[in-house]
Amino acid sequence: MKRHDLIIVGAGPSGLSAAIEAAKRGLDVVVFDENEKPGGQLFKQIHKFFGSKEHRAKVRGFVIGRQLLDEAAQAGVKVVLNATVIGLYQDKEVVVKIGEEIIHYKADAVVIATGAAENMVTFPGWTLPGVIGAGAAQTMMNLHGVLPGKKVLMLGSGNVGLVVSFQLLQCGCDVVALVDAAPRVGGYGVHAAKVARCGVPFYLSHTIVKAEGEESVTGVTIAEVDEKFNFIPGTEKHFDVDTICLAVGLSPMSQLLKMAGAKMEDNPRRGGQVPVCDEYGRTSLPGVFVAGDVSGIEEASSAMIEGRMAGIVASEYLGYIEKEAMDGELGSLEEALNGLRQGMFAPENRGKAIEKTEEGIDVSANLLKRGYVADDEIERFPGVTHKKGIHPVIECTQNIPCNPCQDACPKKCISIGSNITSLPIVAPESECIGCGMCVASCSGQAIFLVDEDLGDGTASVTLPYEFLPLPAEGTKGIALGRNGQKVCEAEVMSVKSAKAFDKTHLLTMRVPKEYAMSARFFRACE
Amino acid sequence: MVERIAEHPILGVQEKGRVVRFIFDGKELEGYEGEPIAAALKAADVTVHRYTQKEHKPRGIFCAIGRCTDCVMIVDGVPNVRTCITPLTEGMVVQTQYGVSEKPFNEQ
Amino acid sequence: MNSVNDRSRDIGPFVPAPDDDMLICRCEEITKGEIRQAVHDGMWTMTEIRRYLRAGMGLCQGQTCARLVKGIVARELGVSPAEIEPATSRVPMRPIEMRIFANEAKEEEDYEQ
Repeated sequence: MKRHDLIIVGAGPSGLSAAIEAAKRGLDVVVFDENEKPGGQLFKQIHKFFGSKEHRAKVRGFVIGRQLLDEAAQAGVKVVLNATVIGLYQDKEVVVKIGEEIIHYKADAVVIATGAAENMVTFPGWTLPGVIGAGAAQTMMNLHGVLPGKKVLMLGSGNVGLVVSFQLLQCGCDVVALVDAAPRVGGYGVHAAKVARCGVPFYLSHTIVKAEGEESVTGVTIAEVDEKFNFIPGTEKHFDVDTICLAVGLSPMSQLLKMAGAKMEDNPRRGGQVPVCDEYGRTSLPGVFVAGDVSGIEEASSAMIEGRMAGIVASEYLGYIEKEAMDGELGSLEEALNGLRQGMFAPENRGKAIEKTEEGIDVSANLLKRGYVADDEIERFPGVTHKKGIHPVIECTQNIPCNPCQDACPKKCISIGSNITSLPIVAPESECIGCGMCVASCSGQAIFLVDEDLGDGTASVTLPYEFLPLPAEGTKGIALGRNGQKVCEAEVMSVKSAKAFDKTHLLTMRVPKEYAMSARFFRACE
Repeated sequence: MVERIAEHPILGVQEKGRVVRFIFDGKELEGYEGEPIAAALKAADVTVHRYTQKEHKPRGIFCAIGRCTDCVMIVDGVPNVRTCITPLTEGMVVQTQYGVSEKPFNEQ
Repeated sequence: MNSVNDRSRDIGPFVPAPDDDMLICRCEEITKGEIRQAVHDGMWTMTEIRRYLRAGMGLCQGQTCARLVKGIVARELGVSPAEIEPATSRVPMRPIEMRIFANEAKEEEDYEQ
């Protein structure tokens, strides 16, 4: 039997982060992961992350994955892939299947970072080929380069459902509808808005009646539900689709901890069966720690901080650092973690209907019901201002922990302040030079540059564009509103790409000036 | 026909292994070496991987990460192989699984 | 004694429902109706349901259906799903061939390179 100071199960964001912190402090660390590649779900995350600099905001998930792997290699972490941990016993004996053998390891400390599994819902036809998890869609398109389908219906309006819908659009799939039984969009409004303006209709208070097809999915019927989630007769709607994607939440994969005898609890606020643990990941078993989704469903950004905490706590447990040093480091990590757990989507607000922003502004009802802010609602948010010449219009309407826009502007036009969840404000006296750094830096793709009057009866609207092919200058097409419907004719004035924009291209279109505040997406004529 | 993504707006052109040939239910198909069998099948528009033991219902990719075991097929004679996490190799023989057999139910 | 463990409690008769033929356990092909009936046959815990019906005992080991089965059992018993004890977790956590399961590594091979 082989011995290690620390064995980590799971090479995702939290497991790798724990490994890095422990290895940096001199522990002999090995990470086992059942997958062929490390990084957990990070390599499927192609959007820019939220948060602030310390949370690696505006960096895309898969890039963060690469950075973590580099850091782990530098710290001397050993990552063993295709290594399935099939058992964990109380005395920290770890049983691993590697190749065609079973190997027993003994660790002095263990971090369980196994992440989560997707929840599912049932409906007639849910076992048909073509009904897939949203994670499966991400895996197929972002790891394997294969389209999961051509015409897709997404069930679930949480961040996973919204983000994956956008990814499907980026691959050229037709997302025919985004459906959720809940009465309100569950994920970030900015994620919803970028899907809605591409023309995807949202059906809240709706769910799937049945999937149709004999050998695989050929269609789907949805219907509206009442507040008790019963179907309302006569509200059925049919779509021809070849794929139905399910994004209905995640459950912690905590079975190893239960097997080892850790004290468990069923905690709906953390997503299901989770180990009882303190805020740094100490379970009821001395020397067994947890980090990431296995101890409560959150985002990858928070999983990375939790991983670092667990790595530090494990180092102290084995005597590699003093308690005082640990307390100091945990303090600053805790601050970073608390930063992410603020705002409308903070864990304590889960499921609550929030009607006003922290600034006291009425939240957009349309955004929650239809996925976009209506034209008559947008003006009340502080990022939306008017002035002569080019200027940013920031359609950020919910308090979420994110602030890259404030650092992006070289002219300091945009401010969020010390409270990371505050809505961005455009300073009235600022001099916008139209560089577009704010547009590209916004993880929510919610910033536009608008020149409301070019002097010839037209206006220019610059929007973030992450699709292929890039339209050439002079391309004629239509401008779509926030709701994805045609508002007017439009012509591409320029498409700017730069390394600093990190694959977010800046598409500038010319529209009649009366549409400057409503045209928000461009579609070339077929 | 389901397509492969030639160029992705964020990920660019994804690196692939060399093109290999494999046999699916007697037909020769092509895929990339090292990609999951399920990805190669999906790109070739194969959606049904197996029929269930009791109800004889079709199943295909569901989780794509080796958890749900719905995509299992008979690979090189071995049943219950999770095709979503098993890398494709040259000359692999992949068969639709009926229950746990490669024989359709009326021949079992 | 909480209501989940109080076996003398009357949960009423099994009442057929229109969605009883909904498949819940994808691996072992167990329906909602079978699970509900099992509760009325006296199977009140996840472990009992697994042994009685094999729901959650297939290749995926309940990765997909455990949460769904728990919800159905809880509803039938009139309790919250959180009150239902999850099934025992045991080795092996993933499908594995018996010949590999029985194949203990003898030599210390170094897999960590």
